[in-house]
Amino acid sequence: MTTIDVGVVPVPHREAPSRETYLNVAYTVKSWALTTDHKRIGILYLVTTTFALLLGGVFALVLRTEHLTPDQTIIDAYTYNRMFTMHGIVMVWLFMIPSIPTAFGNFLLPMMIGAKDVAFPRLNLASYYIYVAGVVWVIVALWMGGADTGWTFYAPYSAHSPSAVVPTVFGIFILGWSTIITGVNFIVTTHTMRAKGVTWFRMPLFVWAMYGVSIIQTLATPVLAISLLIVGIDHWFDWGLFDPHRGGDPVLYQHLFWFYSHPAVYIMILPAMGVISEVVPTFSHKNPASYKAIAYSTLGIAFVGFGTWGHHMFVAGISLFDAAAFGVLSMLVAIFSAIKVFTWVLTMRRGSVAVATPMIYFFAFLFLFVFGGMTGVAVATQSLDVHWHDTYFVVAHFHFIMVGGTLTAWLAALHYWFPKITGRMYPERWGIVAGTIVFAGFFMTFFPQFLLGNGGMARRYYYYDPVYQPLHVVSTVGAWLLGAAMLLTLCYLLVACFTGPPAGANPWDSRSYEWYTPSPPPKHNFPAEPVFELDPYDYTVPFPGELKAGGEQAPQEAPHA
Amino acid sequence: MPEQVAEQFEDLEKQAHAARLGMWVFLGSEVLFFSGLFALYTGYRTEHPYGFGVGVEHNTIAWGSVNTGVLLVSSYTVAMAVHMLRRGRNTASALLLGATIFLGLVFLGIKTGEYLKHFSDGIYPGGWGHFFEEHGDPGTKMFFTLYYCMTGLHAIHVFAGMCVLSLLLWKVLRRDIGAWAPHPLAIGAVYWHLVDMIWIFLWPLFYLIPGASQS
Repeated sequence: MTTIDVGVVPVPHREAPSRETYLNVAYTVKSWALTTDHKRIGILYLVTTTFALLLGGVFALVLRTEHLTPDQTIIDAYTYNRMFTMHGIVMVWLFMIPSIPTAFGNFLLPMMIGAKDVAFPRLNLASYYIYVAGVVWVIVALWMGGADTGWTFYAPYSAHSPSAVVPTVFGIFILGWSTIITGVNFIVTTHTMRAKGVTWFRMPLFVWAMYGVSIIQTLATPVLAISLLIVGIDHWFDWGLFDPHRGGDPVLYQHLFWFYSHPAVYIMILPAMGVISEVVPTFSHKNPASYKAIAYSTLGIAFVGFGTWGHHMFVAGISLFDAAAFGVLSMLVAIFSAIKVFTWVLTMRRGSVAVATPMIYFFAFLFLFVFGGMTGVAVATQSLDVHWHDTYFVVAHFHFIMVGGTLTAWLAALHYWFPKITGRMYPERWGIVAGTIVFAGFFMTFFPQFLLGNGGMARRYYYYDPVYQPLHVVSTVGAWLLGAAMLLTLCYLLVACFTGPPAGANPWDSRSYEWYTPSPPPKHNFPAEPVFELDPYDYTVPFPGELKAGGEQAPQEAPHA
Repeated sequence: MPEQVAEQFEDLEKQAHAARLGMWVFLGSEVLFFSGLFALYTGYRTEHPYGFGVGVEHNTIAWGSVNTGVLLVSSYTVAMAVHMLRRGRNTASALLLGATIFLGLVFLGIKTGEYLKHFSDGIYPGGWGHFFEEHGDPGTKMFFTLYYCMTGLHAIHVFAGMCVLSLLLWKVLRRDIGAWAPHPLAIGAVYWHLVDMIWIFLWPLFYLIPGASQS
C-alpha cells in the first residue's frame, strides 16, 4: 500500500532573521580560515572537494573526447597516459575519499549525536590544512607534468617512469595523514561526545557509517602511506625495494597497495550507504525495516573489506588457492551489501514515499549499486576475471559501484542537507530534472563500457580497433551529458544559496536529531542542551518540534498532510 | 596556560578520556604504518633466508642489545614520571622526564655510531657499496635496505617522541599540568612506550635471529 506523492514542495517556515547562526556569527576571512567550528570546516571541505571534482571531471571529459576516434583526437599518447593517471588520483584521493566524511561527516556527526563540536576541533582544522597541502602538492606535480603510472603506481615501472612520480606520491602521502586524523577524530567523538538519550543503538545510521569508515581510514591508510613512501624512495634514490635484481618483489607491492586500496573503496561507499540510510526513512516517513541490520552490516563490510585485496591480483601470479580464497571473501561483501539493499527497499514498503531530489538520487544509487555489485561478484570469480581483467569491463564495474554509488549519494546528501546547511530550499523541479539527467548521462557513459570490455577493449589503451568506435562515441556523449547535468546542479544550488525560500528547522519532517535544531544551526549546534527522548526513526508520533533557547520544544505545523 | 576544559567538553575527566582514546586509536594507525615494512621483511626473508642471515651476522648484537636496554630503562623512567606527576611531585617528574629524553639521545647516538660503522664497511641502502661485491646475495642487499628503512623510520619516531616529551617537560616545569591534570603526560608516555615496543620487534629481526645455512 505504498503511496507516492510526486513533487511535494515543503511548506517554507519563516523565522526571525535576527537569530545568530554559525554563518552570521562573523564574516571575516579570518573567522573562516582559523575556525574550529566543525560546521565551517565541513563547508571548507565541501568547497575544496567540489573543486577537486571539477578538476577530475575536466580530465574525464578530455579523456572521453580523445576516445571519439581510434587514433589521436585532441591529445597525444603521453599526455593521455598522464591524464588518466591524474584523473584517477584526483577523483580517488582528492574527491571520493574525503567527499562525504569530511564535508557532511564534519557538518553532521556532532549534531546527530547532540554534541557541541568534534572531540578535537583544532586537530580537525589541522586536518583541513593538511588536506589542502596535499592538494597543492598534487597540483604542483600536475604542473611538473604529472605521473603516467596509473593511479596504482605499480612497481617496477613507477621506479623508472620519466614523469613526476615523487611529488605525486608525496602529495598522496600528505593527504593520507589528513584522512587518518579525521578518522581518529570521528571515532573519539562517537565514543565520548554523545548527548543524553543517544545510546549506541539510537545513533542515526549515518553516524554508524562514519564510525565504520573511520575504522578503515585509521587502519588502512597508514599502509598506503608507507607503500607510497617506498615508491617515492625507489624512484628518487633507486633503492630498489621492489626491484627483483636486488631481492625485491613487485607482486609484494601489489599486495601492500591493495591492502589499502581495496578497503579504500569501502571508505568511499560506506559514507554513501550512510547517506542513503538517512534519505530512505525520511522520504518514506517510516522507520528502517531493520536498524540493526544496517548498523551491523556497516561493521561487517568494514571488517571483511580487509580480507579481499587479493582479487586484484588473480592474473599477477598468486596461487590458485589464494585466488579462490580471496574470491570467496570478496563475495562476503556482496552479502552484507545485499542486506543493506533489501533493508532500504523494504523500508519503502507501506511507507508514504515522497519523490524529491534526494529520492531520485536514491533510485539512481540503487540501480547503479546493484548492477555494479552484481558485476563485482562476477569479476570476483577467478575464471571470469581472467577474461575481464584489465578491460573496460572492470573500468565500467568500478565506475558503476564506486563512482556511481558515491557520486549519487553525495548529490543526494547535498540536496537532503542543503536546507540544514544554508537555511534555504533548493528548487525541487530543477533538482529532479538534473538528477534524472545525471543518471541518464552516467548510465550512457559506462554501460557501453561493459560491452566494450567484454568485447576485448583493454583499459588504458590510447589507440583502439575501429570496431569499438560506435560504443566509444556513445560513452563520450554520455560523459558530456553527465558533465552538463553536474554544471546545471552547481548553478541552481549556488543561486539557491542566496535566493532560495527559507527552509525552517525540519522541512522534510524527519525524526533524525540534526533536524531538531534551527536551520542554519547556531554556533554550538543547539540553542539549548539537547535531550533526545525519541528514536531517530520514530515516525509513529508527530515531530516534537524544534528545540528553542531555554529548552522547550515548539511544534511546527507538519509540512506533509 | 594551565590545562583547561575545552568548550566542547563538560568536564576535564571526559576530556582526558577523549584524549587517551584518541592517542590509542592513533597508535593503532602507527602500528599499521610500520606493518607495511614488517610485511616486506617477512616476505623477503622467506624468499632469501640465506642472504638475510648474512646480514644479521654482520650486525653487532652487543650494540643492538645495549640500545634495547637503553629504551627499556627510558620506558621505566617515563612511566615513573607519570606516576610522580599524579602524586603532584612536579620536580621529580621533570627530572625523570629529563632522564627519558637523555636516554633517547643516547639511543640515537649509538644508532648513529652503528650507521657510521656500516658506511665505513661499504654498506649503503639500495645494495650500493663495496661490501656487496663480496656478499652479492640479493637477500643481503634487501636486508640492509630494510635495515636502514626500518631503523631509520624508528629513529624518526624516537626523535618525534623526544620532541613531544620536551614540550611536556616544559609544561610540567611551568605547572601547566600536574596532579589535577596528568593526562597530557600520560598520553605522551604511551606514545614513547610504542616507540619502545617497535624496537623490541626490530631488535630480534636485525640482530638476533640467525639465518639459514647456504642451500
